[in-house]
Amino acid sequence: MTAVEDRPAEAPEREVGKARRRKEDARLITGRTTWTDNMVLPGMLHLAVVRSPVAHGKISSIDVSAAQEAPGVIAVLTGRDVADEQGSIPCAWPVTPDMVNPGHPSIAVDEVNHVGEAVAVIVARSKTAAQDAVELVDVDYDLLPAVLDMEQAVAEGAQLTHDHLESNRSFHFVFDGGEAGTGVDTDQAFADAEVVVSRRFVQQRLIPAFMEPRSVVVQPQGDNYTMWSSTQVPHILRIMLAMVTGVPEHKLRVVAPDVGGGFGGKLQVTPEEVISLLVARRLGKPVKWTETRSESLMTAHHGRDQIQYIDIAADREGNVKGLRCRILADMGAYLRLVSPGVPVLGAFMFNGIYKFPAYRFECDGIFTNKTPTDAYRGAGRPEATFAVERIMDELAVELDMDPLELRRKNWIRAEEFPFTTVAGMTYDSGDYETATQQALELIGYDELREEQRRRRESNDPVQLGIGVSTFTEMCGLAPSRVLGSLSYGAGGWEHAAIRMLPTGKVEVVTGSTPHGQGHETAWSQLVADRLGVPFEDVEVLHGDTSSSPRGLDTYGSRSLVVGGVAVVNAAEKVVAKARRVAAHLLEASEDDLDFSGGTFSVRGTPGSEVSIQEIALATFAAHNFPEGMEPSIDADATFDPENFSFPHGTHLCAMEIDTETGMAKIRKYACVDDVGTIVNPLIVEGQIHGGLAQGIAQAMFEEAVYDADGNLTTGTFVDYLVPSAADLPHFDTGNTVHEAPGNPIGAKGVGEAGTIASTPAVVNAALDAVRHLGVRDIRMPLTPERVWRAIHQGGDGGDRATAGTNAWGGAQTETTAGVSTPQSALGGDQ
Amino acid sequence: MTQINVRVDGVTYSDDVEPRTLLVHYLREQLGKVGTVIGCDTSNCGACTVHLDGAAVKSCTVLAVQADGVEVTTIEGLAPQGSLHPVQKAFHEMHGLQCGYCTPGMIMASVDLLKENPDPSETEVREGIEGNLCRCTGYQNIVRAVQQAAGEMRGSGNGHVSPAEVDTAAAPHVAAQQ
Repeated sequence: MTAVEDRPAEAPEREVGKARRRKEDARLITGRTTWTDNMVLPGMLHLAVVRSPVAHGKISSIDVSAAQEAPGVIAVLTGRDVADEQGSIPCAWPVTPDMVNPGHPSIAVDEVNHVGEAVAVIVARSKTAAQDAVELVDVDYDLLPAVLDMEQAVAEGAQLTHDHLESNRSFHFVFDGGEAGTGVDTDQAFADAEVVVSRRFVQQRLIPAFMEPRSVVVQPQGDNYTMWSSTQVPHILRIMLAMVTGVPEHKLRVVAPDVGGGFGGKLQVTPEEVISLLVARRLGKPVKWTETRSESLMTAHHGRDQIQYIDIAADREGNVKGLRCRILADMGAYLRLVSPGVPVLGAFMFNGIYKFPAYRFECDGIFTNKTPTDAYRGAGRPEATFAVERIMDELAVELDMDPLELRRKNWIRAEEFPFTTVAGMTYDSGDYETATQQALELIGYDELREEQRRRRESNDPVQLGIGVSTFTEMCGLAPSRVLGSLSYGAGGWEHAAIRMLPTGKVEVVTGSTPHGQGHETAWSQLVADRLGVPFEDVEVLHGDTSSSPRGLDTYGSRSLVVGGVAVVNAAEKVVAKARRVAAHLLEASEDDLDFSGGTFSVRGTPGSEVSIQEIALATFAAHNFPEGMEPSIDADATFDPENFSFPHGTHLCAMEIDTETGMAKIRKYACVDDVGTIVNPLIVEGQIHGGLAQGIAQAMFEEAVYDADGNLTTGTFVDYLVPSAADLPHFDTGNTVHEAPGNPIGAKGVGEAGTIASTPAVVNAALDAVRHLGVRDIRMPLTPERVWRAIHQGGDGGDRATAGTNAWGGAQTETTAGVSTPQSALGGDQ
Repeated sequence: MTQINVRVDGVTYSDDVEPRTLLVHYLREQLGKVGTVIGCDTSNCGACTVHLDGAAVKSCTVLAVQADGVEVTTIEGLAPQGSLHPVQKAFHEMHGLQCGYCTPGMIMASVDLLKENPDPSETEVREGIEGNLCRCTGYQNIVRAVQQAAGEMRGSGNGHVSPAEVDTAAAPHVAAQQ
């Protein structure tokens, strides 16, 4: 053997880490996309939903005769018509054994509990005919008082959201570090503390506002049904539809074609999906339902909506001693898929990155006569991160300490990982100090502080503030055993399969279900590295329960961390199977084979090699396979993580506040995130950007506002302020990389980081700008009106103009006119 | 019903439409031009943006009858089959899209913006596409894409931002990784 032969083959260029342009783009930039609403089937009928214009009432009568006779109308169905077959929209997360679930009919039968609830469905030959007939359905309601305010809802003698329940409380969930053995006694910690700071924070109600409105198409074929839906969760949807409607699971195929965003908003089993299936089954015809934007904002589930009472204890030197969180979480009128689980996920994150010796979390899930809440990007973790990052700033003010110094004093140090927190989570890896240093450099911290000082001294009408958020989150939902311990109704594994086609091309089947995240590209990179095949030779199949039979779908920053690992594990199995075939073809022992760059070679025998793509063809032919050797190198894998992963980062926001107008403007935003190994830097950067936009939007622009009658007054994009390009700043982003030890990719998850981290950084920045003027808090979103009031009138800026008043917001359905309640001075005919 | 004669993506159509039919509904439902999508019902989101005689309009705010005698260009006809308009190419190069739902409208609006202003600053791009909402990207890469396309369309190579510079922006990610 010569030295030359001994030299290891040059390692092939790795795909992981490359800024690959996305495979998905080709169809998206040319308009050759398969959105659900694009589908047209022969004989397809169109649905339109008649919705309640009142927040709470008994249905005293429904007259559908005029609608039934309208041109093009095939059928009109009320809740009564489907009462025996519609079941209840499922809630998969009973967070406590005694959780109260009032049940959730897809079409209201006897009573309505929020504005926008379905009361009837029109089936017509065209969409316009269906829509026209909506106006012809005459519903009479006996009005009941609407419960809209959580703090009033839990008071003695409160009005009831559901009059057949005893209270407005769905559940009371407690995590106590002392009782769990993860910390010391919280009451004692507070009793002994030198300093206690208490605040009430409001996490306003938000709307996910994905750009593609929801759409459903159902095609009956004999006793089989295919549903196309704009959903994040085709696999979960299939199981739940089977359980709710009684259509056997094996007779149902669910497809999520191209899906235009979700952000948790399409992590749901919706009334409209159930209704579409029921109508298709009843009529034996294909049907389509596509919502309007105002329908979407009014009836697709909302997010956030918590009132947080936070107490922090510390000594005078700034060592934190305890954290106590009491949360009111608005469920809205009903429990949807994971409504109760959202605040409970937060229970393990309120302590953030800090070493609290004592921690207690209590949460009440509250019913109100509003649209149900459920997952929205971050789901529980933005709420928790906001609370701890805001209260740390408040404590710093109380102690007259630099907010960064206080954080540094209490955060987990790099050498302390893995670190088990007072909430019982084991944080995997990271270095908060390094990320913070890099972020400070990125934003030019010292210069900004200097400018802030100058503006203060000169009493400049435009003041500058700098806000900090040093955050972590739990990603990679989730270890099945943990979900089991939290009473969740399913596991947290993910599935993948790899099919080696005869021509050497590769099909990757994934249970993850992308809706903008670029899985087709990132999964191709993963597989190209593991199998040594060209990136271009890999095709990723997803989102169809017939081609991708097992999966738990996409949410909770889990796709790469759980689904990607399943793909990698399947690839490793393919290589192992191919090794047997290679040994046979090369007449060598498996132990003597090297595998590199997609080729098996016999060690020490130059030229004796075969590529995995050639093996795929040889396996297809299987002409000379020995007895007992299976003619397939395909493989599948199911991965269940052992632990969550914990991305972290430091986000810094510099904000200008015009004290004369209340206008808040982000001057600079910089963040350094550690999301573990980066498979595709372009996609990671894009996810951070998009996450930042949504987190900043919560701080500055977005709020779902209800009036005193329970009408959503922000039911269009005129009123619900999704930011435009002109509203957002340039983001300076960077990364540190500490691999996640819990998975072979080393990735931690990136989908939610920007959203979770940014909101408190922005609010802390605003307060830092005006705190010297006596402002202690400003409610989100930081509208000019609120900021101005907080500066000039004191308080936290108060409610939005229409909130809880009788102002007629103009966002209601047309039929809202004429409905009045005792609180509504403007009631009566509009 | 009213008859309209309209040229869409280079093909002439003569169709009967209800007077209330919106252009976007006509495009999607009668012509099958489903590349143009609907994102809202108040003309805020711009997802339905097409060109009428070369100028960007929100096709949910135009009646089909108003397109009578007009040349309509949608995302499907922006570039000849098999090729890409520089703006389409730049959106791909700069990762200016994620879910892609706003993308057709965003591209059509950007093409119109560059016609008005061939060399826009970052602020001018942000203000120029203010009528189009994107929920995924945070707009930064869209801005990069529009400036990149501007450079290419002016014939000055890679324009303000080359793909290499984007990779440089991402370099800390890669460099720190083993």
